[in-house]
Amino acid sequence: MTDKIKDTGEEPLVQKKEEFLQIFKKGAEFTQELLKENERLRYKLAQLEESTGSLPGDSSGSDEKLRRKIEDLQAEIENLTVAFKKVESENTDFASRYVDIEEENNNLANLYIASYQLHSTLDFSEVLQIIMEIIINLIGAEVFAVLLLDETSHCLLPVATEGITEEEVPEIKVGDGVIGGVLKSSESYFTQDLSSKGDVDPLDPLVCIPLTIKDQVIGVIVIYKLLMQKEKFRDVDYELFTLLAGHAATAIFAARLYSESERKLSTIQGFIGLLTK
Amino acid sequence: MSKFKVLVVDDSPTMRQLIVFALKRLRDVSITEANDGVDGLKKISADKFDLVLTDINMPVMDGLKLVSLIRSDATHKDVPIVVITTEGGLEDKNRAIALGANSYITKPIQANHVLTVVKDLLAIT
Repeated sequence: MTDKIKDTGEEPLVQKKEEFLQIFKKGAEFTQELLKENERLRYKLAQLEESTGSLPGDSSGSDEKLRRKIEDLQAEIENLTVAFKKVESENTDFASRYVDIEEENNNLANLYIASYQLHSTLDFSEVLQIIMEIIINLIGAEVFAVLLLDETSHCLLPVATEGITEEEVPEIKVGDGVIGGVLKSSESYFTQDLSSKGDVDPLDPLVCIPLTIKDQVIGVIVIYKLLMQKEKFRDVDYELFTLLAGHAATAIFAARLYSESERKLSTIQGFIGLLTK
Repeated sequence: MSKFKVLVVDDSPTMRQLIVFALKRLRDVSITEANDGVDGLKKISADKFDLVLTDINMPVMDGLKLVSLIRSDATHKDVPIVVITTEGGLEDKNRAIALGANSYITKPIQANHVLTVVKDLLAIT
């Protein structure tokens, strides 16, 4: 009876116990799995943090770095813009100076060539020819005359002309008119109005330059008319006039002296030849 | 060896020296000088030039005659020619161009202008 009772009373308890143990085991297994999953996730998180190189809390520091970098670059751009403008301005200045120097170089070349040619010969007619070439080619005159002072008559006489005959140029005494005035004062004359260059008046030149050696005037260069395309005098023209005033005078004077000495030498040699015969 | 050969024909030594001085600033240019048209023609016949600069008013043979003779010669008919003269009128310019000149420079010459014309014709940058 007791066994029966036992059997009937214990059976459900054992069954429940078994079920409970099964549930507990499953719970334990589930917990184990959860712990493993937790461990796996922790490991994965650690790996991710390591690969990004920074913790999620550092993003504000990274932004700050980038902002500072942008500010630095902007400042650099501003500095470069200022430097570029400065260089650009310097470049313009250099270009302008280059043009000026180029012009100055050309002017000096003209003066050098004029001077070189004037002193390249001791032949009087060649010197006159060179003076004329300079006046035509470097200054741009169309009608002009070279007058030299005759020491016996004290008048200016034409020795070379262009665009006008020697007969058309009158003899001029010291102090007479514009040309005689230049001879007396030894100061260059330049007309103010170059536009009235159509007609040629032998007594009313556009330009009159005294040919001087020290303070002595030996003649004048008179320009009556400029070439059609020559509208005004440039700075180098005035330099050329100054050069002609001095260098043409000395070239003429030297050529005259040389031809005179040649003539005298020839006469003396003739006499010696006669005496030694 | 120079790349370009230029012939300068002018009876005035002053003008020749001025032109030569200007052209010497160009690299690769060798310059030959002639005293007049006949001398110029002789030098053109003896050598091949890339450019001729010639004055118009010259003794023996003037520049216009030289231009027409160069243009009538099959060997040199294509050589560029620049005429330099005191004549500033349009008529003279047209005459020179009609005879075959490529360009025209009036006196008084300026080195910069000569260089610009020469560089243009020789296609020098």
